[in-house]
Amino acid sequence: MSHDASLTNRNFKVVGTRVPRPDGVDKVTGRARYGADATAPGQLVGMILRSPHAHALIRSIDTSKAEALPGVKAVITSADLPDKVNGRRDLLDILENCMARGRALYDGHAVAAVAAIDAETAKQALKLIKIDYKVLPHVTDVDEAMQEGAPIVQPWVRTAGGDPNKETNVSQISEFGHGDVEAGFAEADVVIERSYKTEQTHQGYIEPHACLASVGPDGQGELWVTTQGHYTFRNQCAELLGMEIAKLKVTSSEIGGGFGGKTHVWMEPVALALSRKANRPVKLVMTRDEVFRATGPTCSTSIDVKIGVKRDGRITGAKAVLRYQDGAFPGIWGMLGAMTSWACYDLPNVKSIAYDVLVNRPKVAAYRAPSAPMAAFAVESTMDIVAGAIGMDPVDFRLLNAAKEGTRASYGPTYGPIGIRATLEAVKNHPQMKVKLKPNQGRGMACGFWFNFGGQTCATVNIGVDGTINVSVGTVDVGGSRASLSLIAAEELGVPYETVKCTIADTASLGHNDTTEGSRGTFSSGMAIIFACRNAIEELRNRAAKTWDIPVQDVHWQDGQAVALGIQHSNLQPLTLAQIAAKSPRTGGPIAGHNEVVADGAGVSFASHICDVEVDPETGATRVLRYAVIQDAGRAIHPDYVEGQFQGAAAQGIGWALNEEYIYGKDGRLQNPGFLDYRIPVCSDLPFIDTQILEIPNPGHPYGIRGVGETSIVPPLAAIGNAVSNAVGVRLTHVPMSPPRILKAIKAERSLAGDRRVSAG
Amino acid sequence: MRYEAPTSTKDAVTLLSRAKGSAFVLAGGSDLLVRMKGGFIEPDLVVDIKRIPALQEIRKTSTGFRIGAAVPCAAMGEHAGLRKAWPGVVEAANLIGSDQIQSRCTVAGNLCNASPAADSVPALVAAKAKAVIAGPKGRRTVPVEKVPAGPGRTTLGKGEFVEAILLPLPKGKTGDAYLRFTPRTEMDIAVCSAGVCLKLGRGGVIEEARVALGAVAPTVVLVPAAAKAIVGTKLDEAALAALTAACEAACAPIDDKRGTVEFRTEVAGVLARRAAKIAYQRAGG
Ligand SMILES: Cc1cc2nc3c(=O)[nH]c(=O)nc-3n(C[C@H](O)[C@H](O)[C@H](O)COP(=O)(O)OP(=O)(O)OC[C@H]3O[C@@H](n4cnc5c(N)ncnc54)[C@H](O)[C@@H]3O)c2cc1C
Repeated sequence: MSHDASLTNRNFKVVGTRVPRPDGVDKVTGRARYGADATAPGQLVGMILRSPHAHALIRSIDTSKAEALPGVKAVITSADLPDKVNGRRDLLDILENCMARGRALYDGHAVAAVAAIDAETAKQALKLIKIDYKVLPHVTDVDEAMQEGAPIVQPWVRTAGGDPNKETNVSQISEFGHGDVEAGFAEADVVIERSYKTEQTHQGYIEPHACLASVGPDGQGELWVTTQGHYTFRNQCAELLGMEIAKLKVTSSEIGGGFGGKTHVWMEPVALALSRKANRPVKLVMTRDEVFRATGPTCSTSIDVKIGVKRDGRITGAKAVLRYQDGAFPGIWGMLGAMTSWACYDLPNVKSIAYDVLVNRPKVAAYRAPSAPMAAFAVESTMDIVAGAIGMDPVDFRLLNAAKEGTRASYGPTYGPIGIRATLEAVKNHPQMKVKLKPNQGRGMACGFWFNFGGQTCATVNIGVDGTINVSVGTVDVGGSRASLSLIAAEELGVPYETVKCTIADTASLGHNDTTEGSRGTFSSGMAIIFACRNAIEELRNRAAKTWDIPVQDVHWQDGQAVALGIQHSNLQPLTLAQIAAKSPRTGGPIAGHNEVVADGAGVSFASHICDVEVDPETGATRVLRYAVIQDAGRAIHPDYVEGQFQGAAAQGIGWALNEEYIYGKDGRLQNPGFLDYRIPVCSDLPFIDTQILEIPNPGHPYGIRGVGETSIVPPLAAIGNAVSNAVGVRLTHVPMSPPRILKAIKAERSLAGDRRVSAG
Repeated sequence: MRYEAPTSTKDAVTLLSRAKGSAFVLAGGSDLLVRMKGGFIEPDLVVDIKRIPALQEIRKTSTGFRIGAAVPCAAMGEHAGLRKAWPGVVEAANLIGSDQIQSRCTVAGNLCNASPAADSVPALVAAKAKAVIAGPKGRRTVPVEKVPAGPGRTTLGKGEFVEAILLPLPKGKTGDAYLRFTPRTEMDIAVCSAGVCLKLGRGGVIEEARVALGAVAPTVVLVPAAAKAIVGTKLDEAALAALTAACEAACAPIDDKRGTVEFRTEVAGVLARRAAKIAYQRAGG
């Protein structure tokens, strides 16, 4: 059986075509069922009471009045979610994030929950819960949290490998790199050092978190939920609630966006606990306010970058110090920032040091290429400054220092064939580079990197008696993957795309699947499907051999049919898949193929973006005029959805660069938990986003696939930063580059220039 | 909660006057329903005024236009006469929300919601609009700027509501304009805004002017000093600079999630300057 994952060079028949997506009609007509679209008989409404304080001791919770209210069927606090995690701190953190345990750690932290017969009753019950808080000092800024004497967010946290007796907000310090950076800077002709800040942003998916939970007295449960990974949700919920994994069935609904924010459980264990206590199904749907305050945005950061360069443009030394806040629980986000920061370049001496820091904000979650955009903003801005300082074109400067096959990446591995240079060459040749700019306009470009990921994956291919194909996978479809995966099955079996139906199976139907994250959906499920199809083809050949009564090794699979090879079988007409399927009840029963695999060999991916902006010098308002994304896709299985990923990532990056930010008051409370004041871009804010797909096949996948979903959110902050800085003649170092920040920078430069004139005169 | 939809102003006044607990007028509902759903208010009585026939129309009278309190802003944009007479007011009204919001929201609701950032209000103030208020003691007419008292508060007494907004007929060479600053191109709330109305005399010299600023104080503010800075000029650079300075001096904004004091003050001046230029051009200058 061929389970060889290596790239097989081939001419594709259906892969690479732009077929309609199977979930399209349901989504545009409103038939698609999302997280909030499930109902069950006797279902209750669940609601969560949240802390209004950034940091507070919970002295007591009195739920008696709420429990006495007619229509209330269950009230829970952390007492109903006892610690069953056997000392696993990571799981206990998840549990504590779902429901505060004695201390509220951020504005919006859940402290109690109710299940009632309707929303009115549930709302009233929340008001009847009395909580005695003792407000504690808080800290929300990453730099302040690192200072001596800052309020301590989690008293048990120690810096990994650090002083075991010292309370701190720094949970870990990570270091990557090679060579000797100090020697590199000493050797340089020019050394540039700059500091940057980026504010916290949310993924901004339109569908709020929602689920329908049901746990019976027999310990069996079901959960319908909007998620990027129902197997992960199942495992975590079961572990947190002390249930057996096999007895909890989780079904993933259609998903209205996740971008990393739906890779973690937030209120699902609470819904299950309410259901268990009330012995009724419980539906829990977050409000937008709850989504912003109590799910996982990405980090705010503070980053220093230093680059040393020879006059000829060769970088001799590069160093980044990155401080990322992970919210109220330890995370790895700073570490990822450090790993990605220099990944685009071939550097003799390089170092990144990252601090993961706790603050009184919600627990940070993944957001599309998590941590890389902020590091890229700092590095790629400095790259432009350096290019300017030595009088070199920024694209040429990057090309000269770009990583290539055989480059040792700053985070450790040695690259195979990669696309960074190809994307930079494409930038040079892109027509946008030739469009003449007018006054107050500026152009910028930047590069980005993302690892991509494979992981545990299962697929089943079932062949119906009419020759149609059911493909079941366990990776949630967040961006059109059912279309791509159907194309892959059609390609491998040699049947038309239209005969394949791809379904996201529930947790009872397949083995464990890792979450759809790390751009792994099409890469890993694609691989498992190829193997499962090859498995099914084995069986199809067996059935043909049986039908013909010839040895199976004489039967080949070609273009969707079994062909008998050899002159002695020349009288045998090929048998199509449909013909073999029709006979299957009499030749041995249903025909299927399946595969369980750890999909290794995910290929790293690179992108380069070009951006033209116009800035109103009197208001600081920026308009993005033109935007182009160039990215290596490995192989674009369905080009429409590859382009869609490029455009979507760029759109999110544009919002982040210009306007999106979490705004905290002095009281540590989030001031803008809604789409009016948390400004994701609307259609009219965006230009047409041009895309160019490059295909440098990943040698680690039979079809050459690399993930495509994340990389293109990495360059926009820097590309826009460079464009805006070029438009206004001042370097912008703080994201988002909102109108007040830009106007302030322009005015500061004007008064500096004025001072210069005065002192010159 | 009790919901009533009277068909006459008299019935509406009676309902509002007799109400125990909190009573709210419902026009388009694009503020009221949002606040109810958000749990910010829990009305005991809601009086829907959209069924009162006289409130549903824009009427041209001998002295100007009467815009019923139930007229959606989209209808103002479709009224050719109004558009021609008061392009700034209509533009401001049409900036509110999206197509969906436009077919519901009203300028009377925008005024009575009493947000300092309300888009139609600076333009109405600049255009010398008046509000017709019906109440238990009969009707009274006041300049629109007298209706809001502070964020979310009005000067309306118990049982009173706005029946219509009156706009005069523009005299001679008159032009108006409204500009707002929002970080997004639409679906956003004004960080600051400016409405300007000018009347030109002989030789393009400004004879009368009214300048109103939004989102820079607890209510929309009329800035007589800004008007004074440009009256008697042809809106030359010096006049524009004086206008800007007067506007900046009139700003008393707050620092909040939508903008800083510094930014609001500076941009309010920029917008007033730009709006004045548009109004001047529209007036035939
Ligand atoms: C998506 C969205 C976008 C928006 N965008 C904008 C925008 O760009 N600019 C802007 O300024 N606003 C905006 N708004 C706010 C709102 O649409 C406007 O303020 C609108 O003009 C309100 O009018 P309405 O008729 O819907 O008022 P309602 O919601 O019906 O009423 C508003 C308030 O005024 C009171 N009221 C209404 N009519 C009267 C009356 N005749 N007499 C006395 N009291 C009355 C009500 O009791 C209530 O307190 C937006 C709202 C939404 C939901």
